[in-house]
Amino acid sequence: MSAPATTYAGKTNANHRITEPALVRWGLTAVALVFLALFLVLPLAAVFSQAFEKGLGVYLAALKEPDALSSVKLTLITAAVTVPLNLVFGVTAAWAIAKFTFPGKNLLITLIDLPFSVSPVISGLIFVLLFGRQGWLGPWLDAHDTKIVFAVPGIILATVFVTFPFIARELIPLMESQGRDEEEAALVLGASGLQTFFRVTLPNIKWGIIYGVILCNARAMGEFGAVSVVSGHIRGSTNTVPLHVEILYNEYNYTAAFAVASLLAFLALITLAVKTVAEWKVRQQLGD
Amino acid sequence: MKFSKRHNNVLPGFGPTMGYTLLYLSLIVLIPLSALIFKTAGLSWHDFVAIVTAPRVLASYKVTFGSALTAAGINALFGVLVAWVLVRYPFPGKRLIDALVDLPFALPTAVAGITLATVYSANGWIGRYLEPHGIKVAFTRLGIIVAMTFIGLPFVVRTVQPVIEELDSELEEAAACLGANRWQTFRRVLFPLLLPSVLTGFALAFARAVGEYGSIIFIAGNMPMVSEITPLIIITKLEQYDYQGATAVATVMLVSSFVILLVINLLQKWSRRYAE
Amino acid sequence: MSIEVENIHKQFGSFIALNDVTLSIPSGELVALLGPSGSGKTTLLRIIAGLERTDSGRILFNGEDTTERHVRERKVGFVFQHYALFKHMTVFDNVAFGLNVRPRSNRPAKPEISAKVMELLRLVQLECLAHRYPSQLSGGQRQRIALARALAVEPQVLLLDEPFGALDAQVRAELRRWLRKLHDELHITSVFVTHDQEEALEVADRIVVMNKGRIEQAGTPDLVYDHPANPFVLNFLGNVNLFHGRLSQPGVGQHESNENVVSYVRSHDIEIERSPLDSTALKAEIRHIQKLGPSVRVTLAIDGTGEFIEAELTRDVFQNLGLQHDEQVYVRPRQVRVFVEDYQI
Repeated sequence: MSAPATTYAGKTNANHRITEPALVRWGLTAVALVFLALFLVLPLAAVFSQAFEKGLGVYLAALKEPDALSSVKLTLITAAVTVPLNLVFGVTAAWAIAKFTFPGKNLLITLIDLPFSVSPVISGLIFVLLFGRQGWLGPWLDAHDTKIVFAVPGIILATVFVTFPFIARELIPLMESQGRDEEEAALVLGASGLQTFFRVTLPNIKWGIIYGVILCNARAMGEFGAVSVVSGHIRGSTNTVPLHVEILYNEYNYTAAFAVASLLAFLALITLAVKTVAEWKVRQQLGD
Repeated sequence: MKFSKRHNNVLPGFGPTMGYTLLYLSLIVLIPLSALIFKTAGLSWHDFVAIVTAPRVLASYKVTFGSALTAAGINALFGVLVAWVLVRYPFPGKRLIDALVDLPFALPTAVAGITLATVYSANGWIGRYLEPHGIKVAFTRLGIIVAMTFIGLPFVVRTVQPVIEELDSELEEAAACLGANRWQTFRRVLFPLLLPSVLTGFALAFARAVGEYGSIIFIAGNMPMVSEITPLIIITKLEQYDYQGATAVATVMLVSSFVILLVINLLQKWSRRYAE
Repeated sequence: MSIEVENIHKQFGSFIALNDVTLSIPSGELVALLGPSGSGKTTLLRIIAGLERTDSGRILFNGEDTTERHVRERKVGFVFQHYALFKHMTVFDNVAFGLNVRPRSNRPAKPEISAKVMELLRLVQLECLAHRYPSQLSGGQRQRIALARALAVEPQVLLLDEPFGALDAQVRAELRRWLRKLHDELHITSVFVTHDQEEALEVADRIVVMNKGRIEQAGTPDLVYDHPANPFVLNFLGNVNLFHGRLSQPGVGQHESNENVVSYVRSHDIEIERSPLDSTALKAEIRHIQKLGPSVRVTLAIDGTGEFIEAELTRDVFQNLGLQHDEQVYVRPRQVRVFVEDYQI
């Protein structure tokens, strides 16, 4: 079994004996790297550099501040609710779509992808329209003394909307490419539906799930626009980490803003690392 | 146990999984989105047009769509270059760089916003070299383009990269045997094959940039008529409890993103036209 | 266990995959479903297994109606064309799967399962590979593991979908003989799908020739080969030459009247002579000579009609005759089968 992820490097030397002159190669590589350095590496480095500008003490103090801690807590809660919800949906939808044929399949896939093409600001707005004071359900919610918008449920709802497609759209093509043979084999051998799913399907899509979950989680923890619309920016109560970063930044408390932002940047780096591994594993499984 | 009469497939669970999929999709996506449509439908046509063509709103379209177009253009150009270099040329740290290309997907937009604003500000790491030449990035239209370029960067690379990987080396060998030089081969043989994916990536990056909010507001300066993006107009109207105004502008944006989505789908269909 | 297929009809959209198919498979036989792609053979196999629903008709196992019985409860062993081995499980776990998923009440104990799996691995001669993963096996080994896995649940019927389709020629021939031997030991009613006539003729007790969703002929290999029911069967089981037109020589076919008929002659049933022995010989010119290992294929143009026919000779015969390009010779069909012309192939 070969590792397909290494084919990038492999192809360069082995399969492409026809290539550009060395000078052109170096030139193009240099231009690409400078572009990436300016747009990716420098901004990322700047986050950490700004965060630690006034030393480790100030950095830690910014993180230990009660509002920061409560924003971290809210972000963790949001992700802890959002990811499982979308995970269950993603697996369910992928099973129905990838393993069966039915009319309207492509339309359904397009609808699932819809939240990706909606501006985050609109993603927040629709929940204000539904649950806000002037919204459809606003009066009813007021009468029952329940708050959704400008409260935690609204933040969770907007986050669920924004991250809705992540896991499903990763799993659908993966499960489609794996076909139905192994599931059918399990059934012929006498396995029940659940046994087939847990013993045969799940191990085959494990890395696809991890990939989807990590991206869904990154977006859930980092979502700004949608959450900003529905949160109401109540300090210590409806502020997620990205919103807290915004408040600190707008108060010209740059070091604290970057200190808190560095948490999210760490998260992004971990996400990239896990994503790279998962991608490699998925390719490996398919490349068999 | 009986088969479901409607399906040939013996795999179990189509009914429940499909039912749950449709229910959850309706609750989370379709019903909330329809709220926007209904709210807009409550407006008279005249009011609607008045709101969405107010000078400040018109100026914001120009800023948003113009900058998004520029940023997507930059990304198309550099995206192809980066994808080409990543697939074809060896260099140390390639795997790391390859992984890093997805940073804009993974880095929360607020973090991207404040760090770009800092790096490109007058005394930032990059801004300090541009400022003496009279190039102001932070708090100008240029800043918006920079932020949009950042968040759209992975799209072109990631749509073009697999296509370059799949290019049959025999094509280039054939072209070389027929006497074409490298540039001719690229322009006449390879580029037409890459074009659909480049356009798809361009459209994806454009769509993302048009809707983007978080990374832009920190670097844009947000001057009405000059550097105010449309999503910010929606937020401003909301903060003034002008729900109808916010909804009307949001509808225009939603429709435009559906059009872009349609174009992307058509592009993808087109890109498969040579498929055997 | 015997299998009865009664009036099975199956349609995918507007495509008729199986058109009123009736077939009886006696207990303990090894049966080949033979036909070109799209003939419905795999669909029939999957319907017997319960992997596909039939639109109408019945499937009976030992006289008992199983049409509505779920695949899980049919107790069939199914070997998939691409084996469908569980990639994430070792060979051992693959074979043990059918036993491990049984409800606790009738699941054998661990040591029992283990003994059973090892016994099956010995049967397929791969006990040394128990802890490998499918990706570490060759095609032929995967095939045998798939078979062991299917046998682990002690099926009463063994169904194989193009069992040798994905293998190279040499492994193919070897596995074919091995499957035949295995069947002689186990005597499980077995049905396999193939598009390779040679494979069917060599391995099967009985061949079912299918075309366009119908059964053209079913019978022993000798029967379908020597007494094909129609031109399709004749055509499918070997290289055949067509002679259009009227044949009036007596004793060639049973059609006495000189209606429009087509006569068919297998290429190895054509003799080539230097001079005509009798009036049945036709004058022809050699156009092409192709040497294929032990045999030689000669393409000839019939004088007058310009029709091309192919004759297959052994190398010895070819050398004795000393045939050359563009030579005039006489061909004589040894065995001619005549069918009325309007028969649709």
